[in-house]
Amino acid sequence: MNHFEVFGLPRKLGIDTVELQRKFYELSRRWHPDFHQAAPPAEQARALEASARLNAAYRTLRDPVARVEYLVRLEEGRAPAAATGKPKAPPDLLEEMFEIQEALAEAKAGGLDEAGRRRLAAERERLRGRFRDEEARLVGPLAAAWDAGDAAERPRTLEACRQALATRAYLRTVIDDLTEALGESQEGHVTHRRH
Amino acid sequence: MSRIVGIDLGTTNSLVAFVDEKTGLPRVVPDREGHTLLPSIVAFTPDGVLVGDAARRQLVRHPERTVYSVKRLMGRGYEDVNDELCYFPYKVLPCEGIVKIDLGDRAVTPPEVSAIILRALRERAEAYLGEPVEKAVVTVPAYFNDSQRQATKDAGRIAGLDVVRIVNEPTAASLAYGLHRLKEGVIAVYDLGGGTFDISLLRVEAGVFEVLATNGNTRLGGDDFDRAIVLWLLDDIRDRHGAYLGRDAEAMQELRLAAEAAKIRLSSDERTTLTIPFEAFTYHQEITRADVEGLIARLVEGTLGPCRMALADAGLAPADVDEVVLVGGSTRVPLVRRRVQEVFGRPAHSQLSADEVVALGAAVQAHILAGGITDMLLLDVTPLSLGIETLGGIVSVLIPRNTTIPTSAREMFTTSVDGQVVVDMHVVQGERELARDCRSLARFELRGIDPMPAGMPKIEVVFLIDANGILQVAAKELRTGKAASIEVKPTYGLSEADVERMVEDSFAYAEADVEARLLIEARNEADTVMTHVERALRQSGELAPADEREAIRQALEELRQARSGTDRDLIHERTTALNRATEHLAEVMMDAALKDALGSKRAAEILASRGES
Repeated sequence: MNHFEVFGLPRKLGIDTVELQRKFYELSRRWHPDFHQAAPPAEQARALEASARLNAAYRTLRDPVARVEYLVRLEEGRAPAAATGKPKAPPDLLEEMFEIQEALAEAKAGGLDEAGRRRLAAERERLRGRFRDEEARLVGPLAAAWDAGDAAERPRTLEACRQALATRAYLRTVIDDLTEALGESQEGHVTHRRH
Repeated sequence: MSRIVGIDLGTTNSLVAFVDEKTGLPRVVPDREGHTLLPSIVAFTPDGVLVGDAARRQLVRHPERTVYSVKRLMGRGYEDVNDELCYFPYKVLPCEGIVKIDLGDRAVTPPEVSAIILRALRERAEAYLGEPVEKAVVTVPAYFNDSQRQATKDAGRIAGLDVVRIVNEPTAASLAYGLHRLKEGVIAVYDLGGGTFDISLLRVEAGVFEVLATNGNTRLGGDDFDRAIVLWLLDDIRDRHGAYLGRDAEAMQELRLAAEAAKIRLSSDERTTLTIPFEAFTYHQEITRADVEGLIARLVEGTLGPCRMALADAGLAPADVDEVVLVGGSTRVPLVRRRVQEVFGRPAHSQLSADEVVALGAAVQAHILAGGITDMLLLDVTPLSLGIETLGGIVSVLIPRNTTIPTSAREMFTTSVDGQVVVDMHVVQGERELARDCRSLARFELRGIDPMPAGMPKIEVVFLIDANGILQVAAKELRTGKAASIEVKPTYGLSEADVERMVEDSFAYAEADVEARLLIEARNEADTVMTHVERALRQSGELAPADEREAIRQALEELRQARSGTDRDLIHERTTALNRATEHLAEVMMDAALKDALGSKRAAEILASRGES
């Protein structure tokens, strides 16, 4: 059973999250282990599994980006494993990235002066903007195109989604690297990179 | 289903509660004297094991055999607690991944000490309810990791309790609040106890309590406030009296108790005076609330980072929080309340007793599990990310923190060498990128793989975090469909055999412990009566005729002899006899007191004041 089927939803990206939450609570009431304590072991195990599946489905579908990622994986028939390898730079950012990587290497080697810091911080702000744009495109027009498109258009939309996800993942890596170079990452608490 | 009680196994105090079938409301079980809090203290005396208030009285007399704050040691390795051991007067030793408390003639593990507290609560509940109690919901700090949860479950088993659910303390508190006033929205539960701190953010809607995010620190609480004050007192004593008491275990206990008491008084008063009589000198110092706030400011600040992180993880701004609830005794400290209100930008309240609310919530969860409540549901999360160590010591996260539980993750494993039949994996919990910076949970060995060329076997491992927040692992070879056997070596914790042995030991000890406790109680009662009688003879003996005085002295001597023996019934009998012998003297003393007081006080007042003494 895939995540959409758990909620009885079609494979579409436009999801009413208020309705999704209501349904999540309703299904939780049916499957949560709390309500199966007195049941025979086999039924308890079934409830536990159903409850775990429900929680995973809700976690994925309530987040619009995770939802697209999941759909792409589902359509491609890939196993739900983490993406392999480092994400590649999108072509239109290649030149710019080259400069950033150079600045990062410099920072690593010799430390940063005030001007260098300012440049990296400004660069990071710009990339954050680009990151937000990419996300907005993904959950907005691209998701809408998927939902509205016919069978012929879908492979193209899917490919566009895949590209946008890759760009977004790449940008996040660079933003995290910049944050690290600026010495701003919180000690002892690494934010998880979502693939 | 039989009755399930709710237990708050706290660092400082523990409680047991149940849901009253008639009212549908949870109630805390009092002991015979009407006290609801059981101090989480266990004293191993030569006469037997004491728990609670009786153990508390041993703190200064036998500091090395009186164990308090054992929760801070639950599920931990020696290197985890090494830096705070100097604060404990009892001796803690490393022992195969966990720690043991050395009592001289024997050593006990933290789960065994906790089991003694749990058993006392169980007996309290059984005496009150008049029926056997075998099942319990036990609360733990939300930020407890797998080892600490497992240790708590082990403690339950050793105490003869089936721990049907481990529940997070802040979430339990939210259930208790939910039962009283079902206001919907986002609530923040700030829980600062004796040894641990949790912050949980929940969405309450239509009877569902969904935890959105949780964070905390399992080594931060009121104990640390006390320590900060003690360190300051040590310096002050050295300056003014030229004595360093840091290595004197008895003096340190005096200081700790005095610091704790002063801290508590300063929650309502602006200033207070400490007077501690030591052998060589009496220490006297006035301390203000501002002084203490200066000492603990950094600690209080340490709770605010986790609050902000929980907000970030839940994707919420402080303004999105509709209600802030304070739980745990340490939230009585005015500085704590002030800072929490600043972070969330709204008043924080504790309408239900900050000490009792967690136990009440545990009872509610117990009632849900027993089928007594069907319209409330708690959806909790796992506080820490779960991952496996991969090449180069990097952690690959399988289940991120704040994932709703139960939850599962699948991972494929294979072999790297031809004919390999065993695959190792290392499971860790934590937020760091390197395995060595995370908490090691266990090393697993997948066995029974058929010899095949490298990379051919496909072993699917399922990691499941159950509703207790505890990890279960299962594995299957997909080509053959054969379940691979898994050998688990927990990094911290007791083996199945250890727990079995402790369960057996506890039965043996339980018998002896009950006897010993009853004897100690009888002796204590005898002591109290004897002290009163001696004082009465000294002060007002002349009010009774000589033969009566002689009879009282006789009864006193007989009781004294019985008290030095171990015959509990004889002690009881002679205590009663002594009481009877002094009935007349007590009456004439009362009359005399009333006559003295006539005109100045009303008789009722005198009687009332006598009743207190």
